[in-house]
Parts: sequence; structure tokens; C-alpha cells
Amino acid sequence: MNNMFKAFLIKYAEIGVKGKNRYIFEDALVSQINNALKGVDGKFTVQKTTGRIYVQAESEYDYDEAITALKRVFGVSGICPLLQVEDTGFEDLCKTVIEYMDKMYPDKNTTFKVFSRRARKNYPRSSQEINMDMGEAILNAFPEIRVDVHNPKISLNIEVREKINIYSEIIPGPGGMPIGTAGKAMLLLSGGIDSPVAGYMIAKRGVQLEATYFHAPPYTSERAKQKVVDLAKLVAKYSGPIKLNIVNFTDIQLYIYDKCPHDELTIIMRRYMMRIAEHFAKESGCLGLITGESIGQVASQTMQSLAATNEVCTIPVYRPVIAFDKQDIVDIACKIDTYETSILPFEDCCTIFVAKHPVTKPNLKVINASERKLEEKIDELLKKAIESVEIIIAE
Amino acid sequence: MKVYLDNSATTKVLDSVRDIMVKTMQEDYGNPSSMHLVGMYAENYVKEAKNIIASALKVDTKEIYFTSGGTESNNMTIIGSAMANKRAGMHIITSAIEHPSVSNTMKYLEEQGFEVTRIGVDSEGIINLDELQNALREDTILVSVMYVNNEIGSVQPISEISKIIKNYNHSILFHVDAIQAFGKLEIYPRRLGVDMMSVSGHKIHGPKGSGFVYIKDKTKIKPIIHGGGQQNAMRSGTENVPGIAGIGQAVADVYSNLRENSDKMMKMKNYFIDEITKLEGVSVNSGKDEKFAPHIISVSVDGVRSEVLLHALEEKGIYISAGSACSSNKPAVSETLKAIGLPKNLLDSTVRFSLSSFTTKEELDYAIEAMKEMLAKLRIYIRK
Repeated sequence: MNNMFKAFLIKYAEIGVKGKNRYIFEDALVSQINNALKGVDGKFTVQKTTGRIYVQAESEYDYDEAITALKRVFGVSGICPLLQVEDTGFEDLCKTVIEYMDKMYPDKNTTFKVFSRRARKNYPRSSQEINMDMGEAILNAFPEIRVDVHNPKISLNIEVREKINIYSEIIPGPGGMPIGTAGKAMLLLSGGIDSPVAGYMIAKRGVQLEATYFHAPPYTSERAKQKVVDLAKLVAKYSGPIKLNIVNFTDIQLYIYDKCPHDELTIIMRRYMMRIAEHFAKESGCLGLITGESIGQVASQTMQSLAATNEVCTIPVYRPVIAFDKQDIVDIACKIDTYETSILPFEDCCTIFVAKHPVTKPNLKVINASERKLEEKIDELLKKAIESVEIIIAE
Repeated sequence: MKVYLDNSATTKVLDSVRDIMVKTMQEDYGNPSSMHLVGMYAENYVKEAKNIIASALKVDTKEIYFTSGGTESNNMTIIGSAMANKRAGMHIITSAIEHPSVSNTMKYLEEQGFEVTRIGVDSEGIINLDELQNALREDTILVSVMYVNNEIGSVQPISEISKIIKNYNHSILFHVDAIQAFGKLEIYPRRLGVDMMSVSGHKIHGPKGSGFVYIKDKTKIKPIIHGGGQQNAMRSGTENVPGIAGIGQAVADVYSNLRENSDKMMKMKNYFIDEITKLEGVSVNSGKDEKFAPHIISVSVDGVRSEVLLHALEEKGIYISAGSACSSNKPAVSETLKAIGLPKNLLDSTVRFSLSSFTTKEELDYAIEAMKEMLAKLRIYIRK
């Protein structure tokens, strides 16, 4: 049945209202759709006409693959599989539509309404006439079916253009804005559930992603690192390629462990992670940092702790899941397919030296005083960590 | 320097094994069941492998069946014999330190209505024979005990166990998981009084996905894999000719100087134990005497987590196993280490070094040096 669709109408909601900048958003969307379809078996062209984008299959193609790919393009609010026919007269059109309705809706105990649009103004019937005459033809063909002009279960769309487009299904897209329309941000990616979701959410607003991961061999394994690379690849399916900076954090972590009070370890560690991530962010023109922090989830994510880590940042820190409950974050992780990878049981460097009772209400004065104990070697260690960064492009 | 000391996990394939496998894949690639000449050539490899194995074990060729490895060997013998004998009784005995391919198979049988008794072990990992004697019942149909424990290397007194079982009731079947023992100890199932025995190919320099079972003639057992009736319908499915030729070749090579190689490994092992116990806070759970296999050394390191030590040695090019994989979110403490009564603080601090006949003294010296260096470093940062 699905091979009757040779084209898709792409609906986009939000970018339709962007005024004079609209073409920028539309062009970005067209280019993202093209990118997404590159991996799909088949040939496609993507056309932009007034206020709408059409994807046309130019060869045989895999319908499910195409839908999966389109559903990952930010900016797409809906995907309508189109039945396209040549205009060979209204009688033929009625026949085609009735056949279409029959195939699509085996159960006729339902309601419908015809929405027609006459873009080609020389078509002999007005849109009002198409609505009425087509409605009548359908009612005659299927006695069980009823018209409901207020709340129809099936909205049957008929667009008269060069060809005639028939569609009634809208497959929801992810929404958001096309990647590349907002700028770039640096995601602090751990192996957990939250940070990939945070990256996804910001990318959904059109933001291009870069990422930084901190590993601590031998306290974390090569497999833990591989897991983060795998997570970056999963997010990249939506966001496009992600440049992943892998920073060896062991020496810094041990130095802090050595010099600072144990219960402040996590906070001070996170402050240095932010500093390093910001360094890479500025270096590559990122306009902000992204973290998966959520208020109160763990000791290092209380309001006081967040304030303490935030203090070292000079560019905005975006925390899209800040007010989400864990389950809400898990739901998104499942939806975007990162959950299964996130829960693989490898150590991440935050958990190894964690104190039994870490501070939950760090005092900035105290933290700053503790950090002064690091003055002797920390700059050198930071420099070494930054210089020895390993870069992987996740795509 | 790369020092691979994880030979109980898997071993490097021998050149001779690789060569024969390539031959079966590219020249003599027929299906042994085909009636034509190409099929016959392929069948010859299977026959030859069976001959090598049967003569190594001093058993009959019709008592050898090829499988996809140790796990299938254990499943096939345990499930197959339990199902075939359940009218005689539904009680099975095993030990508390079995490999998951046995212990989880036992759990499956419990779900099927069988009753399973697990015999405890002493501090050296040897099963308690009195406990075994007392566990035997009228409805006992099967006893399954591993020959060599995969974590600490303890060797079970198989012959004595067999005598206890057979004296009680001659028709109770005795299965031995010999996956870590084969190729290290001299094993003759008939002399030992073993009815069924499982072996894996990749632990003895053969290919992964290969294995065999010895099943004594006239043993009452049902197949668990059904199909085209290959291997006397005991294990249907087109024979894995490359794997079978490979394991056959590996057995031929290993048995060509089995005792010599075992003695060599034993010397290496004892040297390693002597040296490593000189390090502070290091204790060894594997003994130097005949109660332990010549290739497995379980080492506990007080105050250092096994996973961290493993990755620290990895940085030096030394590859070992963690005694039990433990992470902050999923503790999986080893049943064996618990069963031998290892103190709680060492359960998560135990690693396994395992040797092959190719392991050299230089490699062991390098590993001991690396341990010294890493322990000094890691101990500075023990959990506060």
C-alpha cells in the first residue's frame, strides 16, 4: 500500500512565521531534508514552493526508511504521504479518490471532510464545488461513511496544482527549527541518560552541536569512552555530525582528590570541567555550553551546587532538562533511542571517587579557598589536558 | 610490550589451526552430507578431527559430538540427559562454583520442575565430598561438576566424585565441564568414570564457535537441537567444518606435548605466585600444588578495585580479567569468590592472570614490575 506514495508534503509550523528571514529557515530545512535522505535507499528531489516543501521520489525507494529519516529532521512538524495523479478530468479523480479511501480506511464506519485547494486557477471547478462533489461521490461509494464538517476523523485534502495531490495522513515530525539556523553550542557529554537528551533538545532549536567528554583512565575504561562516542553518534542522527573533544581528566581529578576536602571533590571537579569545556567552546565559536543538569537530581545539582559550578562560566550555560523529573528525561531518551546505550554499566569518572556525603550546599567562599590549594600545579595540568585532547567526529 | 595474560578467556589461534581452517573454507568447502566427492573431502576433515580427539581421550570416535562451543556442550549434555531420564527422577546435583553455562542451565531446569542441590566448597574451592554423599537420593539422575574452576583454578577430585556417585547408584549420570581443564591436565573419561564431558575449542588455541562433547556409548540422552539428523541426530545442523578441523588440529598440537607444556606452565605459575606475593597487600587464591590447574592465578589486591587495576595494567599493555565485574551501578560479585569465603573487602579487589604454554618468564617479570609500579600509584588514591 505504501508504494502508492511517490511524494511527501513537508509541513513546518514555526518557521512559517519568521517574516523576512523566512527564506533562511526554509533553505536550511531543505538542505537538512536533503542530508537526511542521503542515507535512504532511493533518489529524491526536494522542492520549495510558496509556503510548502515537497519531497519527490525520483526512483523506487524504501518508504519506511524515508519516513524514519524525515522524522529526524528538526523543523519538520508533519509529513504527509502524497498520492499524485495527472489531471484527466473530475470523473477520473473521483474514481482515484474513492479507491484511495477504500485502501486507506478499510473500516468505513467513520467520518470525513474534504478540504480542497485550487492553486491552478483554470481548473473548471471551484474549491467549494470540489468539496461538495467529491464528498457526494464518496458518500455514494460507501454508504456507511458520514460527513462531519466540524470534527472529521479523516481530513481528505485535494490540492489541484500541475498534478493533483491527494493526502489524508499526517505523520508527526519532531518540530523545532532546522539545524544551522541558530549557531553552535558545546555539550558536556557524559555516559549518562541526561546529557544526550539535553543535547538533543538544544539541537532541536536549530543549534549545531559540539561536545566534550572527560575520561579518567585507568579509573574509567576504553569501553566507557566507546559508549560516549556511540551516544554522540546517536544524537548526531538528529543534529548532524558532532565534533567530540575527549579530555583526559585523570591527573586533574587526582590532584583535586589529593589537595581538597573530599566532600567538595565533585563540585570542584565540575568547575574544572566547565572551564575546560568553555575553553574548547570559545576556541570553536560556540555561543554557550549545554549540560544535562536537573535541579536536585544529585548532590552536585542542588541550586547551591549549580550556582557554584555556574560561577566559573563566562558564556551562557543552557540546561534544557533543568526542571524535568528523571522519568521525563528517560521518556525522551527512549524516544530518541539513547536510553539503551546510556544504561550500559560502565564507570564514568564522576562516580569513582565520590564521597559518601558530598556537600549539597557548597559555600562559594569555601570552594574558592579550596581551589587556591591547587594553585601550584593546576594551570600546568589544565594546559596538559587541553593540549592532549583527542578529537573524534561522531556522525 | 603486549603481554596477554587472559588465556582462560580465550587464546590465540595456532598457525596450523588457521591454515587448516582456510583450506576447509576455500578448497575443501563442501557439505559433509553431500554425496559427491567435494562433500566427501569435507567429511574427511570431520572424521580426522574425531579420530584425533578420540585417541587423545582414549575413547571411541562415536562417543564424540561437535558443538558450537562450551556453552552449547554444557546445555546439550545437561538438558539432554535430564530430559531423557526424568522418569527415573528429577533431582540433580551440582556445585556452588559452576560457570554460568552450567549454573544458568540448572536454573532453567528448575523452572522445568527439576530439583537442584548445590554442593559447597572449601576455602580452596574443592567440593565437600561428605556433602555430596549426603545429597545423593533415590531420585537423583545427574551430577554435574566442573573439572577446573575458571576463576581460581581449583581442580576437583573427579575420580573420587565418580566413585561416590556410582557406588550409590550406578545409573546416576556424571557430567564434567572440562572447559578449563582440557589441554592442561591428562583427562581420560573412562578411567575417571565420567559419562559426559564438555570441551571448548578457543581455550586451547582453536577457533571460537567450536567445541565438542564426549558422551559415553549407550548413555541415555536426548538431542536438544533437531533438524537434518547430522551426527547421529544427536546434534543436527551442517557440521561447522572449519571449526571442527580447527579444534581437531588444536587438540593434535596440544596433545603432542601436553605434559611438557603443563609442567612449563606450572613452573611459570609458581614463579609468578612467589614473586607477586612479595608485593605488599597482595594475596593469591590459587595454590601451587596439584589441587590447582597450571594456568590460572587468582590474585587479591587489598585496597585497589579490580577494574581499576585491570585498566591500569592495560595502559602498560598487560591484559587480564577482573575476578568479578563490579561497577557502581551494577554490583556483580563472583559466586566462586564468595563460596571460598574470601573476605568481603577483597571480593571487589580480585583479578585473574591466566597463562598459556607460550607465556614467557620475561612477560611475567614485566607484569610483576608493572604491578609494583601501579600498586604504588593506585594506593595513594584509595577511597577516602
